[in-house]
Amino acid sequence: MEKINVIMTVNGKEETLSVEPRTLLVHALREHLDYTGAHIGCSSSHCGACTIDMNGKSVKSCTVFAPQAEGSEILTVEGIGSPDKLHAIQEMFKEHHGLQCGYCTPGMIMRSYRFLQENPNPTEEEVRFGISGNLCRCTGYQNIVKSIMAAADKIRDEANVEKKEIA
Amino acid sequence: MDDVKTPSREERKSALSGLGTSRKRVEDARFTQGKGNYVDDIKLKGMLFGDFVRSPVAHARLKNIDTSAALALPGVHAVLTAADLEPLGLHWMPTLAGDKQMVLADGKVLFQGQEVAFVVGDDRYAVADGVSLVEVEYEELPVVTDPFKAELKDAPILREDIADQKEGAHGARRHPNHIFTWEAGEKEQTNKVLEEAEVVADEMVYYHRTHPCPLETCGCVASMDKVNGKLTVWGTFQAPHAVRTVASLISSIPEHNIRIISPDIGGGFGNKVGVYPGYVCSIVASIVTGVPIKWVEDRMDNLMATAFARDYWMHGKISATKEGKITGLWCHTTADHGAFDACADPTKFPAGFMNICTGSYDIPVAYLAVDGVYTNKAPGGVAYRCSFRVTEASYFIERMIEVLAQKLGMDSAELRSKNFIKKEQFPYTSALGWEYDSGDYHQAWEKAMKSVNYKQLREDQAKQLQSFKDGKSRKLMGIGLSHFTEIVGAGPVKNCDILGLGMFDACEIRIHPTGSAIARLGTISQGQGHATTFAQILASEIGIPASDITLEEGDTDTAPYGLGTYGSRSTPVAGAATAMAGRKIRAKAQMIAAYLLEVHDDDLEWDVDRFSVKGAPEKFKTMKEIAFASYNQAIPGVEPGLEAVSYYDPPNMTYPNGAYVVVMEIDVDTGVSDIKQVYALDDCGTRINPMIIEGQVHGGLTEALAISMGQEIAYDEQGNVMTGTLMDFFIPTAWETPNYETDYTETPSPHHPIGAKGVGESPNVGGVSAFSNAVHDAFKPFGLTQAHMPHDHWRVWKIAKDLGLHS
Repeated sequence: MEKINVIMTVNGKEETLSVEPRTLLVHALREHLDYTGAHIGCSSSHCGACTIDMNGKSVKSCTVFAPQAEGSEILTVEGIGSPDKLHAIQEMFKEHHGLQCGYCTPGMIMRSYRFLQENPNPTEEEVRFGISGNLCRCTGYQNIVKSIMAAADKIRDEANVEKKEIA
Repeated sequence: MDDVKTPSREERKSALSGLGTSRKRVEDARFTQGKGNYVDDIKLKGMLFGDFVRSPVAHARLKNIDTSAALALPGVHAVLTAADLEPLGLHWMPTLAGDKQMVLADGKVLFQGQEVAFVVGDDRYAVADGVSLVEVEYEELPVVTDPFKAELKDAPILREDIADQKEGAHGARRHPNHIFTWEAGEKEQTNKVLEEAEVVADEMVYYHRTHPCPLETCGCVASMDKVNGKLTVWGTFQAPHAVRTVASLISSIPEHNIRIISPDIGGGFGNKVGVYPGYVCSIVASIVTGVPIKWVEDRMDNLMATAFARDYWMHGKISATKEGKITGLWCHTTADHGAFDACADPTKFPAGFMNICTGSYDIPVAYLAVDGVYTNKAPGGVAYRCSFRVTEASYFIERMIEVLAQKLGMDSAELRSKNFIKKEQFPYTSALGWEYDSGDYHQAWEKAMKSVNYKQLREDQAKQLQSFKDGKSRKLMGIGLSHFTEIVGAGPVKNCDILGLGMFDACEIRIHPTGSAIARLGTISQGQGHATTFAQILASEIGIPASDITLEEGDTDTAPYGLGTYGSRSTPVAGAATAMAGRKIRAKAQMIAAYLLEVHDDDLEWDVDRFSVKGAPEKFKTMKEIAFASYNQAIPGVEPGLEAVSYYDPPNMTYPNGAYVVVMEIDVDTGVSDIKQVYALDDCGTRINPMIIEGQVHGGLTEALAISMGQEIAYDEQGNVMTGTLMDFFIPTAWETPNYETDYTETPSPHHPIGAKGVGESPNVGGVSAFSNAVHDAFKPFGLTQAHMPHDHWRVWKIAKDLGLHS
């Protein structure tokens, strides 16, 4: 099949990909760009293991064609922190045993990342509803919810410190 | 130096992060940053992809396979069929249960989703195109989906390959669709007790067909290096060493030329124990094409074709005195094994450890028979987050207890308490032949009843019932109780093997000169956190901080042989090997310390992280010092270095147990259940990492919730899979999952070196009964004795309707 060029910004870096038009975004990210953080669990939008952030929204990259991401700003789990400075969500998942096999984790973290911007001060119930598009088979969610609540606190605290520093 | 405070014993102990500490997981750094290394992340130079043409029908004769159009497609490199595998003797393969299974359909297909041809191409897209172009002509045959119809005289014969064989791997076969009869206990005596009993409860308890459905599906990358003659296979293997041996036996590739690697595994739950056609085809395709082949199934493949779990029809009779003392238990199980007997059970146990079905109770006499039959369904019968058939057994007895309590008009909590095996009876030999190692069931039960305020719950329930009867509410309250005893840690080589491989496990430790270490095990973590917890066992045994110990598993070229991770065997078996290897290290360290301190070995005592001279604790050598000395001192009679290996053959299984309570409110008109409380008390013996134990319990309870309340693999009468996607196959989200209360008692296993029993599967074993019992309990006042799982909204609504509760 004939290939087309798709340009997108992934984790702050502009990428030009030559792909078949039918290439799914998750395959483009994983196989063409080697961002293997997003995982494939169902290929039908049910499990959320492939969740990434696209133009400021949580997107299940298994049901988006790569050409649909033309010109998009994409953020994957590899792009939100660094080994030296983890994102607060990554840190809190570690701290509160919010993961076991790790397969849902990148999707879960990326959904949390967007969710906490949509709702920086959520109740437990709101967190549970907010991540209900992401399945986990290991944790029973209790510690994931705890991790996200703790991350919300940490992000707010960090923001307050920044505000004070500016003031 | 004087102003440096010498750390106290407690401080030194705490610096180790050993047994009993909620040490944070070392695995999480890579997983949270998207740097895990799962099978589908592996990318090798020149790698091609493979995928299957699968049967759309459940039973048919194969008339023709035309691969020409697929082969003509650019990007498709090869299409394998049974005819291609036959010259290699690989068109069939042995199953773990003594049967054989088609790798690719040979003459006929026996279940929907069965592998018919394997297409190899440039990438998954080219392969998908190729798969769609393979033309297969099927001549449909009558289908058997009901296990009770499999042995009818005129039933279609499924396995023509063995139709005439009167003897199977597990004894006599009485019908071409019959696999085995397996018996335990005393038949005549049990019948006599039942005949003479004051009270007998008789019930059919069905544990439906479901699927482990790990979030990562099964897959592999096979790479045949023709230059060196070495085959490397990365795959989703819960038992990499056994896979190597099996691969060698069926392929004739010498075992030393096969390297099996289990990289990070995205959950297993029993699904990744089996050997699947995808592995065999990938290996063959790599040999044929000379390049690496990746095969990763999609979710539908996973749910339709790789190993299912349960599907046990358990007919039970339980007898008791009028006062509620149980006198006997009888069970006949019809086991639907699907098209091939591919259960993953120890060889001598074709029905797994179903004979743990006397549960936590002192039952004087019992009899169990299990008949396995073939149907036009996918093969499997794996232990989905449990030891072999233990959830089935536990569900059976916990339902029978409830039904008996109903018959006796007795509270089921009291009936349990009256019949528990008493603390002083351990070690206890059950009527079906197991020796329970330890437990204190009464203590656990009393603690549970007190914690949930059982009396109050029953009062609340009575009020709710009155309100329902008065027409003020349309809701009923159910209180689900369960007490379970698992049998895990398979197992003693004398009676446990898989394909002739004894079910021991192993640990090898190397201490580095600077006092850090690496340990390798025969098991493989799939999320359990072995790298964290096994380092903790070692930290306590050898006095090196857990953070200084690297733990590796899953590479058969480097790790010592072991039978892998399933059936909660890692801690009971490999955990024991770890402790024993640690003790060997310590024994050698003691000799080195004695030499350095110029005292006799016996004059030393172990003190957290050092050997010190008895009566003179200021004279000591730390493990760090000893490690260095082992590399730089010529000690007479002692070899240099500090390494040890232990192959541990457990003397017995371990018997984790627990008491669970589920409270739910059920809307009679919609069948919707609202879970109000889930309390889980576990006794897993010595607790290695409480944080991880709690996480395991949360996860297992959620799987129990799924199984009991909605998850199933359903077939229609034509053998079509009705639940092949996550749209139909229920996995709870965060929204419908409740919060859990966890609790524990601690009765160490007397025969395990550190007293640990295993916990990962307990919540599934105990949880399913507790959830299901809660549903039954809600409708008990209206005469319900048994309603089959899963208790999804429709089925619960139907219970209410059938009981005449809808106006």
